[in-house]
Amino acid sequence: MTTTLKPVDAVLVGFGWTGAIMGQQLCDAGLSVVALERGPWRDTATDFATGFAQDELRYMWRHHLFQNVTYDTLTIRNNTNQQALPIRHLGAFLLGTGVGSGGVHWNGQIFRFLPSDFVTRSHNEQRYGKKAVSDYDLTVQDWGVTYDELEPHYDAFDKLCGTSGKAGNLNGKIQPGGNPFEGPRSSEFPTPPMIQTYAPALFGQAAAELGRHPFPNPTGNLSEAYTNPLGAQLGACTYCGFCEKFGCGNYSKASPQTTVLPYLMTKPNFTLKTECEVLRVEMTADRKRATGVTYVNSAGEEFFQPAEIVILSAYVLQNVRLMLLSGIGKPYDPATGEGVVGKNYAYQTMSGVNVFFDDKILNPFIGAGALATVIDDFNGDNFDHSGLGFIGGAYIAGMVTGGRPIEMIYTPEGTPDWGMAWKHAAAKNYLRSFAIVVHGSCMSHRGNYLDLDPTYQDVHGRPMLRMTFDFTENEHKMSRFLTDRAAEVARAMNPREIKVNQRKGSFSVVPYQTTHNTGGAIMGATPKDSVVNKYLQVWDVPNVFSMGSGAFPQNAGYNPTGTVAALTYHAAHEIITRYLKNPGPLVQT
Amino acid sequence: MSGSRDPTSDEQRRTTSAPAVKANLDRRRFLVGTAAAGIGSVAAGVLHDGELGAPPQTFRGAVPWSEGTADAPPGASGSGYLFFAAAEALFIEAAVARLIPNDEVGPGAVEAGVPFFLDRQLAGRFGQGDHYFLGGPWPKGTPEQGYQSRFNPAQLYRAAIAAIAKYVGASFNGVAFAQLPTEEQDTVLKGLESGEIKLEDGVDSKTFFGMLLQNTKEGYFSDPIYGGNKDMAAWKMIGFPGAHYDYKEWVTRHGERVPFAPVGFKGRPGWTQGGT
Repeated sequence: MTTTLKPVDAVLVGFGWTGAIMGQQLCDAGLSVVALERGPWRDTATDFATGFAQDELRYMWRHHLFQNVTYDTLTIRNNTNQQALPIRHLGAFLLGTGVGSGGVHWNGQIFRFLPSDFVTRSHNEQRYGKKAVSDYDLTVQDWGVTYDELEPHYDAFDKLCGTSGKAGNLNGKIQPGGNPFEGPRSSEFPTPPMIQTYAPALFGQAAAELGRHPFPNPTGNLSEAYTNPLGAQLGACTYCGFCEKFGCGNYSKASPQTTVLPYLMTKPNFTLKTECEVLRVEMTADRKRATGVTYVNSAGEEFFQPAEIVILSAYVLQNVRLMLLSGIGKPYDPATGEGVVGKNYAYQTMSGVNVFFDDKILNPFIGAGALATVIDDFNGDNFDHSGLGFIGGAYIAGMVTGGRPIEMIYTPEGTPDWGMAWKHAAAKNYLRSFAIVVHGSCMSHRGNYLDLDPTYQDVHGRPMLRMTFDFTENEHKMSRFLTDRAAEVARAMNPREIKVNQRKGSFSVVPYQTTHNTGGAIMGATPKDSVVNKYLQVWDVPNVFSMGSGAFPQNAGYNPTGTVAALTYHAAHEIITRYLKNPGPLVQT
Repeated sequence: MSGSRDPTSDEQRRTTSAPAVKANLDRRRFLVGTAAAGIGSVAAGVLHDGELGAPPQTFRGAVPWSEGTADAPPGASGSGYLFFAAAEALFIEAAVARLIPNDEVGPGAVEAGVPFFLDRQLAGRFGQGDHYFLGGPWPKGTPEQGYQSRFNPAQLYRAAIAAIAKYVGASFNGVAFAQLPTEEQDTVLKGLESGEIKLEDGVDSKTFFGMLLQNTKEGYFSDPIYGGNKDMAAWKMIGFPGAHYDYKEWVTRHGERVPFAPVGFKGRPGWTQGGT
C-alpha cells in the first residue's frame, strides 16, 4: 500500500552536490523542498572523524562509503554482441551513496571546461573539417550552453567551496602563474593555491623547461581557512593524503557537508529524508507532466510524494535509469540512432607515467586530493590536431593525492607483483617515486549508451541499468599521443627510470580509473538530439529537471564536478527567475 | 541529540520514531563498543552504512549530531583462527610466505600477521560478500567484466584451498603444498596467477590468486587494528608514517626524510601499557 504525503513545491531525488546546491537555491527562493536520499545521514564528526578517517582498508578496499552493490548494481558489456553481466564488485568507478554522496569522497579538483569544450562539434568541424567529428562513428555535439553563460555559475561554485588556485585568465587578461589556456574568469580564486610538495614542484620545473605552461591545480582542499557566502567555515588542509575515497575529518575539503548543509539544514522549508529510495517518477496520463515520485524506505514502506517540480539530483547512472523506468523521454536505440535517453554515455580516458628517482626523497604520503602541478598545453583544442587523427586531449599532472601503501606502491618495469623482488622494489621505491596522471577526454560514440538490462534486477525487482561501453579509436589515438607528452616531462625530470602506463585494450571494470561517468541524459539545442535543454529541463516533461554529468554530450579532459555544479546553479537561476512565474518550457521548440 | 529529527514526520508516525532512532544509536554504539572491545568484524546482525535495513530518518531544522555515535572501525581481536581449519591455515601460511617472504629488509607476510588478518576478514563481513552482488544468473564473463563468481570471498577461499590441495596432491605424489620446496610452491602460485593451472569444483584459479594477493597486501599494509602489519613493520620498511594527521610543516621541506615513527589508530608501541 502506498501512502500519499502532503504535496511540496519541489522534491529532490538524491542528495549529493547537485541536490544540496539546488535545495539551497530553491529554499532561499521560498519553495518547500523535500530531499530523498537512499543512503544514510553522514556528518564529519560521526562518520569521518580524524581519529579514524585515514583508513585505507575500510574506505578504499572495503567500500565503506560507496554504494553497496549487494542491493543495486549495474550490468556492463563492451559492445552489443556481448551479454552484459553485473558489476559484482566496484572497481573502475566508485559510486557514492548517502548524504553528500561522491561529494564526500572526491579528490576536490575544481576545473572549468574550456570555452571550446562546449562547442565540440561546431568548433572542430570549423577548424579541422566535417570528417574530424564524424570519423569513428563519433556522435559528439554542442552543448547548447556556452562557457560565457556558465561563467557566473562556475564563479559561484568557486566561492561556495573557497577553491584554492591561481587565475590564468582574469577577464581576458592572461595572468602569470595560472593556466593561460583557461576561459576568462570574472574573479581571482577565493584562496591562494596549495603549496606544492617536492614531486609536483619537480614536475613543474621540468614542464617549464620543455616550454609548457605549468600551473597549480585548482583545489577544493583549502590552502587556508575560509568562510563561504553561506557562512560555512572550512579549515586549512593538513596534507594528510586521504581525500579520494575518504571523508575529510578536518573540514578542509569542500563537500556538501562543509559548504551547504550547515546553512540548508536550518531552513524551515527544507526536509531531508534518508534511507528513502525513489522507485519512479509518476506522470500524468498524457505523460507531459510529473505529479511526484514514489519511494520506498528501508522499513519497506511505500510513499507517494506529490511535487510541482521534480529534480533528478542522483548520480548520472541513477538519473538515466529513473527516466527509463518512468517512461520519461524516448530511449536511445544504437541500431537506428533514434531516441535520446541513454545516448552518448562517455567516461574518462586515463593513463599515466611512473617516475623513479634514486637521489630524491619525495614523501608521497604528504598529499591532498587535488595537490598537483598541471599542464594544459595538450587539452581540448589548446593545440593543433591537424594530421593527428583524433579530437580532444588531456591535462597532464604531476599529482600526489597521497601515498596510501596498498594502492600506491609503484615498482619499475619488469618487477613481479609478488615475492622477494616485489618486496625489495616496494621498500626501495616507495619514498622515491610518484605518478604523472594523464586525464583524458572521452568523445561520445554511436555504440556507447545506457539502457535497462533485460535479465538482472535490483533488490526492488527493478531492471538494473545496462552500460554498453568501450574506448574507440579516437580515444586510443588521443591517449597514446598524450601519454607520450607526459613521458617527455617525466624524462625531463632526470629520474633513474620511468614506467609508461599506456591505456590499452577494452574498457575493464576491474582497475580503478575514475568515477567520471557522463552522458545518457544529454543537453542540446533541440529535443531531437537531447534529453534536456540548456537549463537541464527535460524537453518532454517540463517540470522535471535532470542534474549532473548525464547532461554532458561528451566528456572533456577535466574532472566534471565544477561543470556539474555550474550547470546546477545555471538551472536554479532560470527556475527561480523564469520558471516559477510561468511554469512551462524554458526553451521553445 | 540536537532535536533535529522530526518526530511528526510521516514515516515516523507510522513506524513510531523512538525505536527507529534508538536502533540507529544502538547500531553505532555497538560498533564503537566492539571496536573498543575488539571483537568487531565477526559479529553478525549489525547494520552498517550502505546496507538496507538501517531505519529511515527525517531531518529538519539543524545539522543532527548524537553523542557517542562515532562510526569507529571494526578491528580484529582474539587469537587463533576462527575461519581457517587447520589444513587450510597450513596452506595459507605457506602461500603468503611466498607472496611476501621474510628477510632483513622487512617482514614477510607471516611475520606481519597476514594469515590472522585474512582469517578475521573472511570470518567477518568481507567474507560474507558485503559490497558484492552475488545474484544470478552466473554465466562466465570476459576478463573486462571482472568478478563473476557465485561464491562470496569466504566460499571462494574455502573452495579454492580444497581444489588446490587436490591439484597439488595429484601432481606431487600426495605431498601437501606446505611441504613442497619453496621453488615448487612458487611454480604452483605462478600457475594459479597465470590461470595455467585449471582447478576443479568451479574455482577459477586466476580469480582466487588475484584475491589472495590483494588481500595479502591489504593485511601487510593496513592499520594494525585489523590484525596484520604487526608492529607497523611493513610501514617502517617503506617509510610510511601511518595515520599521521598533519604534515603542514613538512610541505616545503623538499627531499627531507620525515623522521616520524609510524602511528596507527591505537597510537604506537610505547604509548600504551605493555607496548603493543
